[in-house]
Amino acid sequence: MSTGNMNLTLKVWRQKNNNAKGALVDYKLADISPDMSFLEMFDVLNEQLINKGDEPVVFDHDCREGICGMCSMFINGRPHGPKDLVTTCQLHMRSFKDGDTIVVEPWRAAAFPVVKDLTVDRSAFDRVIAAGGFISVNTGNAQDANNLPIPKMQADAAFEAAACIGCGACVATCKNASAMLFVSAKISQLALLPQGQPERYRRVQSMVAQMDAEGFGNCTNTGACEAECPKGISLENIARMNRDFASAKFISEETV
Amino acid sequence: MSGFGNAFSSSIGKKFIMGITGLFLILFLIVHCGINALIFISDGGLTFNVGAHFMATNWIIRAGEIVLFIGLLAHIFQALRLTLQNQKARPVKYAVNDGKANSKWYSRSMGLLGTLLLIFLVVHLKDFWVVSRFTGIPTVDANGHEDLYAVMKEKFQDPVRVVVYVLAMFSLCYHLLHGFASAFQTLGWNHSKYNGIIKGAGVWYSVIISILFAAMPIAVYFGLIQ
Ligand code: HEM
Ligand code: SF4
Ligand code: FES
Repeated sequence: MSTGNMNLTLKVWRQKNNNAKGALVDYKLADISPDMSFLEMFDVLNEQLINKGDEPVVFDHDCREGICGMCSMFINGRPHGPKDLVTTCQLHMRSFKDGDTIVVEPWRAAAFPVVKDLTVDRSAFDRVIAAGGFISVNTGNAQDANNLPIPKMQADAAFEAAACIGCGACVATCKNASAMLFVSAKISQLALLPQGQPERYRRVQSMVAQMDAEGFGNCTNTGACEAECPKGISLENIARMNRDFASAKFISEETV
Repeated sequence: MSGFGNAFSSSIGKKFIMGITGLFLILFLIVHCGINALIFISDGGLTFNVGAHFMATNWIIRAGEIVLFIGLLAHIFQALRLTLQNQKARPVKYAVNDGKANSKWYSRSMGLLGTLLLIFLVVHLKDFWVVSRFTGIPTVDANGHEDLYAVMKEKFQDPVRVVVYVLAMFSLCYHLLHGFASAFQTLGWNHSKYNGIIKGAGVWYSVIISILFAAMPIAVYFGLIQ
C-alpha cells in the first residue's frame, strides 16, 4: 500500500460483545493515502493494532466492490459516509481532508444487535426474506425467454428494486430504524413480474408481519432511507408495498 | 379467522390510520378556516356569527363533530403509540447523526410538532368550544345570533394568547408541510404523474391555512377588523 500524506483522528466504536458496554476509542493514523478505500484505511489501522499486540477492530466486509452489502459503517453520522450512492468499501479517503476527525459507529437498531465492534447481526433481514421473498416454481427446463412478455418499463422497475444489496443502510439512517425500504424492494422485485403474481398477496402479508416481529420501527416517510441507499432504491417501492398490503388485507380472500 | 386479520395492528395498518385521520383533519381545517375567515368581512362579526350559528345547530355538522373528535383522538393515540415504538426500535443512539444530510428537520419532528399542536388544542378548545357548547355565549348580535365574534374579540385582547396562537400556527404549518404529502405516500399514492401536484398542493395548503389562521388573532388584537 502506497503511503500518503493524510493524518487522521479516528473515533471508533469498540465493544467486546453484545452484552458488553461499548465506547468510542480514539486512534491517530498517519501517512494515509487519499487513494485508499475506507476499508483499506481500516486495514492499516488493524495492522498497527496487531503489531502493538492490541485487538484489531472487527468490521464486516466481503466483496469490496459495492455488491455484497456487508460493509456496514456509520461514518460521521451517515451510513457509508459522506458520498451518495456508494458503499463504505467504495468510499475513498480523498472524500476526507488531512487532519479530519472521523467518527465510526455500527448500525444502531434493536433488530441489528452488535456482535462485536462495528459488526452487527443482520439476520433479521434473512428471516424477512425467508418469510416470503421468493417464488415457488417447479424446476425443469428453462423457459424460452419471450414466453412471458414483460413491458420494458415494468422490467426496468423490477430490476431497479432488485438492485438492493441488503446492506441495511436504510435501517441505520432511519430515525425510526424502519426496514420499509429494504422490505419494499424485496417485495417489489417480485410483485412487478409475472412470476411473482401467484404469491403476491400472501408474500406482502408474511414479509410485513415478519418485519414487525423483528422489532423494526414504523416508517414516517422522512425519506432518509432513499437519500442514503447506496443503490438508489426509490420510495415508490414503499408506496407499492402499502398498496399491495391494503389489497391483501381488504380485498384478497387469502389471509396469512 | 377474521377477514381483516391484523390489518390495523401491523406497522403499515397503523400508518393507514395516521394517514386517513390526517387527511380527514386536513379537510376539516378547510371548513374551519373558511368559516373563521368570515371575520375579515369586517361587519362586526354578523356574517361570521351566521356561520357559527349554522355550525352549532345543523345536525349533520354536529354528527360530523363526533366523527372529528374520534378521528382526532385516533390520530393522537396512534401518533403517540408509533412515536414510542419507534424510540424502542433504536435503544442505543448514535454519538454523531447527521440528520440534515438526508431529511428535513420537520419530517423528523412530527411527534414534537404534534405534541405542541395537542397542547394548543387544549387551550383552543377551552377558549372557544367549551364556551360555545357548555358555559354559553353571553351576548347576542343585531341578528339575534349568539355573538361568538364578541367572545373572540375579548379573548384576543390578551397578547400572551395571541402569541401562543401564532406560534401554534408555525407548528401546524411545519406539521402539514411534511404530513400532507406523507399521507399520500402512506396510502400508496406515489405516482410520477401526481407527485408534483401533491407536493405543490401540500406546500400551498400548509402555508395558506397557517397564515390565515395566524392572521385572525393578529387582526383582532391590532383592531384591523371591526
Ligand atoms: C393534536 C395533536 C397531533 C399530534 C400529536 C400529531 C402527531 C402526528 C405524528 C406523530 C405523525 C406521524 C408522522 C408521520 O407519519 O410522518 C402525524 C402525521 C400526520 N399528521 Fe398529525 N398530529 C396532531 C395533529 C394533527 C392535525 C391537527 C393535523 C391536520 C390538520 C394533522 C395531520 C397529520 C398528517 C396529514 C400526517 C401524515 C400522516 C402520514 O404520514 O401518513 N395532525 N401526526
Ligand atoms: S434498500 Fe438500499 S439501503 Fe436498504 S438494504 Fe437495500 S440497498 Fe441497502
Ligand atoms: S464489502 Fe461488499 S459492498 Fe462493501
